[in-house]
Amino acid sequence: MPTLSELFAAHPRDAGWAGFLLAQLATDKPLLWVQDRMAILESGRIHPPGLSSRNLIHVETRDAKDALWAMEEGVRCSALSAVIGELWGDPRALDFTATRRLAVASERSGTPCWLVRLGGTANLSGARMRWRIGSAPSLLNALDDRAPGAPAWDVELFRARGMPPGRWTIAHEEHPPEYYFDGAREADRFRLVAGAGDRALGEDKRLRA
Amino acid sequence: MPALAIERWAKTSDCAPDSLVVLTIEGTHGPIIHAVTKAAAGRGATTGARLTDARALDPALVAVPADPEGDLALLQQLARWAGRWSPLVEVDGADALRLDVSGVAHLFGGEDGLVRDVKRCFARIGFTVRIAIAPTAAAAWALARFAPPLSGEVSTRSGDGGGLKFTAAAPPPACGWHPPKGGELAATRLTLLPVSALRLEPDTVRTLERLGLKTIGALIDMPRLALARRFRGGEDVVDALDRLTGRKDEPLTATPIDPPPRAALRLEEPATHPEAPLQALGRLIPGLVRQLEERHLGARRLSLIGYRVDGDVAVASVSTAIPSRDPKHLHRLLADKAAELNPEFGFDAFALQADWTEDLDAAQDSLVEEPSCEREVARLVDRLTVKLGPKRVRRPRAEESHLPERASGWVAAISSSLPAKLAGRGTMQRRLRMVPLPTASPQGGARPSRLLDHPEAIAVIYATPEGMPRRFVWRRAVHDIARVEGPERIAPEWWRSPSSARLRDYYRVEDEAGRRYWIYREGVIGDGRGGVPNWFIHGLFG
Repeated sequence: MPTLSELFAAHPRDAGWAGFLLAQLATDKPLLWVQDRMAILESGRIHPPGLSSRNLIHVETRDAKDALWAMEEGVRCSALSAVIGELWGDPRALDFTATRRLAVASERSGTPCWLVRLGGTANLSGARMRWRIGSAPSLLNALDDRAPGAPAWDVELFRARGMPPGRWTIAHEEHPPEYYFDGAREADRFRLVAGAGDRALGEDKRLRA
Repeated sequence: MPALAIERWAKTSDCAPDSLVVLTIEGTHGPIIHAVTKAAAGRGATTGARLTDARALDPALVAVPADPEGDLALLQQLARWAGRWSPLVEVDGADALRLDVSGVAHLFGGEDGLVRDVKRCFARIGFTVRIAIAPTAAAAWALARFAPPLSGEVSTRSGDGGGLKFTAAAPPPACGWHPPKGGELAATRLTLLPVSALRLEPDTVRTLERLGLKTIGALIDMPRLALARRFRGGEDVVDALDRLTGRKDEPLTATPIDPPPRAALRLEEPATHPEAPLQALGRLIPGLVRQLEERHLGARRLSLIGYRVDGDVAVASVSTAIPSRDPKHLHRLLADKAAELNPEFGFDAFALQADWTEDLDAAQDSLVEEPSCEREVARLVDRLTVKLGPKRVRRPRAEESHLPERASGWVAAISSSLPAKLAGRGTMQRRLRMVPLPTASPQGGARPSRLLDHPEAIAVIYATPEGMPRRFVWRRAVHDIARVEGPERIAPEWWRSPSSARLRDYYRVEDEAGRRYWIYREGVIGDGRGGVPNWFIHGLFG
């Protein structure tokens, strides 16, 4: 069920969440990626050669108010695969009403919306799912044990409607190393790696987007 | 417009209208009078005379430098404003406008009403005009300037075809307007005009007058052959006569071949409330959409033009990513911009014009009301671009470069659709499908998902000269490097960068928390392009 999910980067200069997020999105339709000015200054502009999907529209806005407006316009458009909006800090424009509007619009149009918060605090929000995602030490690189391997993430779902929260460490399913050279990773396969929140093992299915 | 300069001066300076003022321009032998006020004209100052001569008649004259550029700018502005009457307007000389009013007059209640409307509008903004409608431009020119006011008419009309109207500012003739029957009156009135009304060189005029040919009528009666033989070369009298009688065409220069789709709305009263443009937009859009449908066009750029009562125009324009003639979409795009139009003293007319159109065949999305994906996305791009600007709504485009900051180019999403040739005709899908980008080549290595706009300098502990980095400090936070891969060497583009540019050795590093960054060392020790290499952070991996 597509809805508004709020995603907190575990650290403002940790971009690990992007890989986690992109892996769950369908790539057949264009993606709307909104960044406000501070997010670009602080943690960089998206770089299409490093993304799995390059069918995207990038919107750069002066402030959070414009960013929220652009996201809402995008969420109403059912021809997008998803809307990702990055906001820096705790802007005043981002209140319960704004998130609630996004959630309702997203559920009505069927376009998933991801509100990404960089360096923000988790205050009142209308998001249906709230994640906190950070990078975990990467997997072993089979070709070179000193080099970073396949990425892994420390994922915490700390609020969700109708499902228990949990915490996992996950990574992509194994592929031969040459698989990764074309930059595209299979969209819907995560697997749990040895991680902290073992009690949530049963949630594995739900994580398959 | 002989009075344009002085009237403009009187409007901009707060001088009493009956002051003795002359506007002067610099001539070869001192200042020459360019325009005079009525009071100054009464004291003997005439246009074209030397200032010293006029001062000899009346020493009290005040001379002010004229501003021909400003006058011309005003005239051009008025020409745009005159688009309310006819789409074809031309600035004629330094003081006149020429409008092609063929097939236009009936919108204003006949030529009668047209002249009245023009006169009323110009009177309201405080410019005196002389108006003439005639079948040829030359005839209108002659009548507007030289027609004697005593007959009480400034307009004539002859039987054939459309008319060209010519307006010029001068002391207005006392004007009762009766449309004359047929072309005879025009002809008789023209024949009475002096030969100088033919727009000939002053020398030619003098020669003609010496020959006793003082009026156009006398000239027309002469055998053409004799005239042609007598006046050869530059001073072509026959040519001028032909232009006058319509035997030779004198088209307006700025004639669009295919006038753009356009809908216009005139208001009874000037509207000053800010809602006015919005309401006008709502009433104009159906008309424009109907025209677009009839011509199988879709608008790419739309302008809402508000004509102000004080002789100015306000324009709101929007562009679209794909041609469109959907009234709802166009209204939504223009609504915000239309609301921002400032009425100042009020709008009394509006026009909605599709400045740029592309072919768009009749289309049906589907049986149910669900528009296609491509069109939906294009509309979203339109809306975002209208509000945020084309530089902020962009799509990626691959560039041929190894430098990461150059490799990912961006193009405005509104213009990133393929060339206009593919427009319409069912090629919508091709237009919007993304150009496939070449995937990162295997030897290119992994690329980060985020790139800093400007690489930031970092302090790095590494094994000199070309060893692996061990630890770096970025924005005052220390990152211990747990794993590292590299280097990937990217040489500067010698054909683009200066010869002092240094190569970059990129490393993919992972700190102890698992965050992965893309850092590089600029240069190597001993490359002769600088001292100790500096380190920079350039990207973040997702």
